[in-house]
Amino acid sequence: MIPSLVSWFTDPANWSGEDGIPNRLLEHVAYTAEAILVAAVVAIPLGLWVGHTGRARWLVSLANSARAVPTLGLLFVVSLWLGPRITGDLAFVVPSIIVLALLAVPPLLAGTYAGVQAVDPAARDAAKGVGMTPLQVLRQVEVPNALPLLFSGVRSAVLQVVATASVAAVISLGGLGRYLIDGIALGDYPRAAAGAVLVAVLAVLLDGVFALVQRRVVSPGLAPGGRGVSGRGKDSRSVEVEADSPSTPVRAPA
Amino acid sequence: MIRFDAVTKQFPGGTVAVEDLSLTAPTGRITVLVGPSGCGKTTSLRMVNRMIQPTRGSITLDGQDTSRMNEAQLRRGMGYVIQHGGLFPHRTVLDNIGTVPRLLGWDRTRIRARSNELLERVGLAPELGERYPAQLSGGQQQRVGVARALAADPPVMLMDEPFSAVDPVVREQLQDEFLRLQGELGKTILFVTHDIDEAIKLGDQVAVLRVGGRLAQVAEPAYLLAHPADDFVADFVGRDRGYRALQFQETPRLPLRSEPTIVLGEQPTEPYAGWLLVVDDDRRPVGWVEPHRIGTRTVSTGDLHRGGTVATEHGSLRAALDAALSSPSGRGVIVDASGSLCGTVEAHEVLTAIEGTRRPERRGSPA
Ligand SMILES: Nc1ncnc2c1ncn2[C@@H]1O[C@H](COP(=O)(O)OP(=O)(O)OP(=O)(O)O)[C@@H](O)[C@H]1O
Ligand SMILES: [Mg+2]
Repeated sequence: MIPSLVSWFTDPANWSGEDGIPNRLLEHVAYTAEAILVAAVVAIPLGLWVGHTGRARWLVSLANSARAVPTLGLLFVVSLWLGPRITGDLAFVVPSIIVLALLAVPPLLAGTYAGVQAVDPAARDAAKGVGMTPLQVLRQVEVPNALPLLFSGVRSAVLQVVATASVAAVISLGGLGRYLIDGIALGDYPRAAAGAVLVAVLAVLLDGVFALVQRRVVSPGLAPGGRGVSGRGKDSRSVEVEADSPSTPVRAPA
Repeated sequence: MIRFDAVTKQFPGGTVAVEDLSLTAPTGRITVLVGPSGCGKTTSLRMVNRMIQPTRGSITLDGQDTSRMNEAQLRRGMGYVIQHGGLFPHRTVLDNIGTVPRLLGWDRTRIRARSNELLERVGLAPELGERYPAQLSGGQQQRVGVARALAADPPVMLMDEPFSAVDPVVREQLQDEFLRLQGELGKTILFVTHDIDEAIKLGDQVAVLRVGGRLAQVAEPAYLLAHPADDFVADFVGRDRGYRALQFQETPRLPLRSEPTIVLGEQPTEPYAGWLLVVDDDRRPVGWVEPHRIGTRTVSTGDLHRGGTVATEHGSLRAALDAALSSPSGRGVIVDASGSLCGTVEAHEVLTAIEGTRRPERRGSPA
C-alpha cells in the first residue's frame, strides 16, 4: 500500500495536466475560498448584528440545527434544481459552491455571534460611556474582542469545507475529490488514497495559515488566562500570549 | 454646574433606585454621593451622562437640559470612570487612555503625547503604557480608568468608586494625588463612594443618600459631621465624628516649645534623660532616640523610633493631636511647609487649643 502510494506520488504523469496534482489542488483551494467567501459575506455581518442587538438569536440555533441535513442529499437536490438552469461547467460548480457555503454558514455564524456575546459587558458599557456611537462600539470594541471566537468559527468552517469539497466530485466537480471518487470507481486504490492524503495535508496547511493570520490580527491583550506577566522592564514590548485553544504559547509583538 | 431637578428613576422591574432627587454640583467643585450599597449612587451618576434615562425630572448641565443633547457628544464632554474599571481588554494602556481623543479626531502624535502625559499624571510608570489591562493590578487598572476619563480634558468628571480596588494605604495615596490634581485642574466632579471617610476627605460637598434613592442630607463635610440631619446620617457618618471633625479645623497658634535635637550621625554630647528628637542636615525630623541607649556611639538610622506622626504648622487640629498622641515622648512634632522642625506641642495643649476654638459653622442644609 505505502510503496504504491509513493510510486503514485512520484509518477511525473500525476503532476501535470488537468488531472495533475497542481491543477486539482488549485481547484480545491478555489472552491474552498469561494464557498467561505460567500458564506462569510452572509454569516459574519448577520452574526455581528445578532450579537450586537441581541435580536433574532433563533437564527443561530436554526443554522446549527441545519447542520443535521446530509450534505450529499443537499448536493443532489441543489444540483438537480439548479443544474438545468445553468449551462456548461458552471452547472456543476455553482450548486457545489452553494452547498459548501451553506455548510460554512453555521460555524461562521455561531463563532461570530458567540464572539460578540463573549465581549466583557463592562467593556461594552465603557464604550458607550466614553461616547462611542453604536457603530463605533461595534467596530472598535465588539469586533476586535470577538476575533478569537470568530477565528475559531472561520477555522472550523474551512476544515469542514475542505473535507466536504471532495464529496462534490460525485457530481463531476474538479478538485482533489476527483482522485478519491475516480480512484474508487476505477479500483485504483493508490489514487484514492493519494486523494485522501492530499485533502488531509491541505486541511492542515490551511488551518496553519489561519492560525498565523489569527496570531497577527487578534490583540495580545485577549490571550486566554489573561496575565502574561513578562511585560516588565525592558521586556515590556513582547507579551506572553496564548493563541487559540489547541496551540501552544507563542510570542507575539505587542 | 450639574443640576438634578426632582429626578426619579424607576427600573422596569419596579425598583425605585432614585426618588425625587434635587441636587446641584457646583462648577469646579467635588460633590460626593455617598450612601450604603444599593442606595442609587451609580444610577444617579449614570443619569447625568444618560447611560440611564430618568423616569421623571430633569438634569441640566450649565443650564442646558441634557435630554436635548446628542448622547455621544454629551458623553465625550464628560470624563466617566466606571465602577469596576471597564478598560478595553484588546487595547494597550496607552490606547485605552487615548480613546476619547481618538473619537474627537485628534492627530496621532497629539494623542500619543497626551496619553503618555496622563500615564505619568496618575502615577504609573511609562513602561506600563505598552501593557494590556489584564497585565495590570486592580489598582493600576483603576488609575488607567481615571487617566482615560481625563484624556480629553473634559470640564466635568463622573467618578464611580474609582479607588475601591486598592488597599487602604494605596487608597490614601490615590486620594492625595487626586486632590492635588483637582487643585491644578479645577473640574466639576461628581464622585461616588460608599466610604464615608473618603467622602469627607475628598468632598467640597457631600450628599448622603439612603436606600431607596432619597437624599438624606447635603452639606459641606465639617457641617455634616457637626450637624447630622437625622439618625440615619448620624449613624452613617459614624461614632468618632467628633474626632474626625477636627480635620477641618485649622490649627490655631499652638504654644510651640523649642525642642532639643541631635543631627543624625552625630554623637550625643551631654547626658540627656528621656527621648531626644533626631533631625537630618536640613532640620527635618526623622525620629526619636533614647540617648542612654546609645552611649558614646553616633546616632544611626537603626536607633530611630519612627512611631510618631508629624503635623504641619498650618495643618488640621486632628493632625496636631495625632502627632502628640503618637509620639513616644508625648511631644507632637510640628513642621513648616518645607518639612523643617518648628517645635513640639503636647496633647493637653492641643486640647486646650481645641476648646479655645469654636466650631466654624459652615453652610449646609438638611434635606
Ligand atoms: N438595570 C437595572 N434594573 C433593575 N434594577 C436595577 C438596575 N440597576 C440598578 N438597579 C437597582 O437599583 C438600586 C440602586 O442601584 P445602584 O447601582 O444605583 O446602587 P449603588 O448605590 O451604586 O450601589 P453600590 O454601592 O453597591 O454600587 C439597586 O436596588 C439595584 O438593584
Ligand atoms: Mg454603584
